[in-house]
Amino acid sequence: MLNSVKALRVSLSTMMRRKVTAEYPKEHLPLQDRFMGFPALTWDEARDEPFCTGCMVCIRYCPTQCMSAQMTDNTKFADGDSHRKKIVETFEINLGRCILCGICVDVCNFDAIEMSFEHERSERLRDANRVDLPTLLDMGKAYQEESGWKQSKPNAPSPKEKEVIAAAKAAEEAPELKPEAHPASGSPDPPEDAPEDAPEGTDADNRAKKEGETP
Amino acid sequence: MPELPAQPTPPTRIDNDHGGTDMWINMGPQHPATHGVFRMELALDSELIVDAISHIGYLHRGSERLFENEIYSQIITLFDRLDYVSNFNNELVLVMAVEKLMSLEVPDRAEYIRVILCELNRIASHLVFIGTFALDMGALTPSLYTFRDREKILALFEATSGARMMHNYFRVGGVKQDVVDDFPQRVNSLLGELERGIDEVDQLLSHGEVFVERTRGIAVIDGETALDWGLTGACLRASGVAYDVRVDEPYSVYDRLDFAVPIGTAGDTWDRYYLRVLEARQSIIIVRQAIQQMEPGPIQTKVRAIARPPKGEVYAHAENPRGDFAVYLVSEGGESPYRLKVRPPSFCNLMPLRDLLIGHYVADAVVILGSLDIVLGEVDR
Repeated sequence: MLNSVKALRVSLSTMMRRKVTAEYPKEHLPLQDRFMGFPALTWDEARDEPFCTGCMVCIRYCPTQCMSAQMTDNTKFADGDSHRKKIVETFEINLGRCILCGICVDVCNFDAIEMSFEHERSERLRDANRVDLPTLLDMGKAYQEESGWKQSKPNAPSPKEKEVIAAAKAAEEAPELKPEAHPASGSPDPPEDAPEDAPEGTDADNRAKKEGETP
Repeated sequence: MPELPAQPTPPTRIDNDHGGTDMWINMGPQHPATHGVFRMELALDSELIVDAISHIGYLHRGSERLFENEIYSQIITLFDRLDYVSNFNNELVLVMAVEKLMSLEVPDRAEYIRVILCELNRIASHLVFIGTFALDMGALTPSLYTFRDREKILALFEATSGARMMHNYFRVGGVKQDVVDDFPQRVNSLLGELERGIDEVDQLLSHGEVFVERTRGIAVIDGETALDWGLTGACLRASGVAYDVRVDEPYSVYDRLDFAVPIGTAGDTWDRYYLRVLEARQSIIIVRQAIQQMEPGPIQTKVRAIARPPKGEVYAHAENPRGDFAVYLVSEGGESPYRLKVRPPSFCNLMPLRDLLIGHYVADAVVILGSLDIVLGEVDR
């Protein structure tokens, strides 16, 4: 008798518990901020191109050799719009082979690869998880949007921005010093009094840097 | 062509004591109670086991050969996959070996983070053991409770390292990144939940009449035999031998922590089971202290991106949930080890299986195997 009362008490006390399971395809448990899903390539909004230059450092350090990439000359650098001389041409990751270790992210020097939140990639075909550059960039864009991703250091100035900076400096020095000594494409060495004066040219420089920081 | 040696045939007693014939049955490799891919051939005389042959190697991945071709930061990812129930503990032994060879000082905060994560992983591993051990005997409910609690630990691991099981979080000279800001609060609330969870399962299972009947006096190992077989961990301590690497050769910051090492007396399956319940409770005490002693500070010493330990040999070992996990590292001064030998506790704990099985009923085979708590990823490497 006492035992049945005890058992009833246990049943009643556990009956009202909140459920801890989630019916997987219908419900999803929340992901943690640091969750490491499949690697994705990030997108530089300011330059409108990927961060990746195809330097292959992640490919050399990958324990499973699941990636391949090719580098090409950046046409935007030739046009003066970007500071990247080289840019990634093709990039392929076999996500079926990837073990999600995050070594590629650790070794990347350009913030170009990140572990995204993407983790549901069951496919019917064996080769369906070989993803190419556009897919990786889409995954990266989704990740950047979702996580509020920030690049660790601002972009270096592109050739065109360098010209603007140099021109600003030249303009700033013009009233005081000899203008012919500093042509528009002049030397990158800044004069010492530049920060105190803060003319319009330096503002433009700052704006360019800020845009780089928050893509 | 040289003649191949004849395949050994299992010995069979044609006429046993009852005038019948032994029956050889095959258990595994796909048997759910073998916790992976382990195969046993059992010779049965009616329901009694009279002989057993075990087969391992179904999960062999050639890890030790792979280590020789990988740089140290890549080997950490492979160590995660040895004992895949206690990943942090494996990583710790490797980074300890490399640090010992390079004579590196690890910052205190990193050591505390490592100890906290390792002890939480020990609790997670023991919870899996408790759940599956009961499951082997047909008790489904405890496994649901233990996996519920383990899930909370894994969620904390995910918040810390980004992965639930294959973390790749420890580094030579520290850890990958600092823990999340609310880590102490999260751990403290988690420990309270775990305490309640362990108590609940303990109350539900440990002293139940059916459970005790099935585990008391089954597969007894005395202390001397256990030492002879090279058993470590809970399997050894259940037989009354007080050997714990954390106490006998303190590594990391274990010498600053105060905890007890539970010792068994009978050396049977019930003792091996109950020791793990007690150990999980001790781990909670350790984590509480470590959280209190942890102070802000650096988490990584300066090491080159590619660790290059000097020429030499080093032996490092630590107390894993399953026993004494050791690494013998021989370096030629290069980016990869010349040889990296792993001493897997599961493998050594599995060795007395035949002696333990003989004389017991076939229904106890899964209980005996379960009480040794093997992980095949580590046995086969």
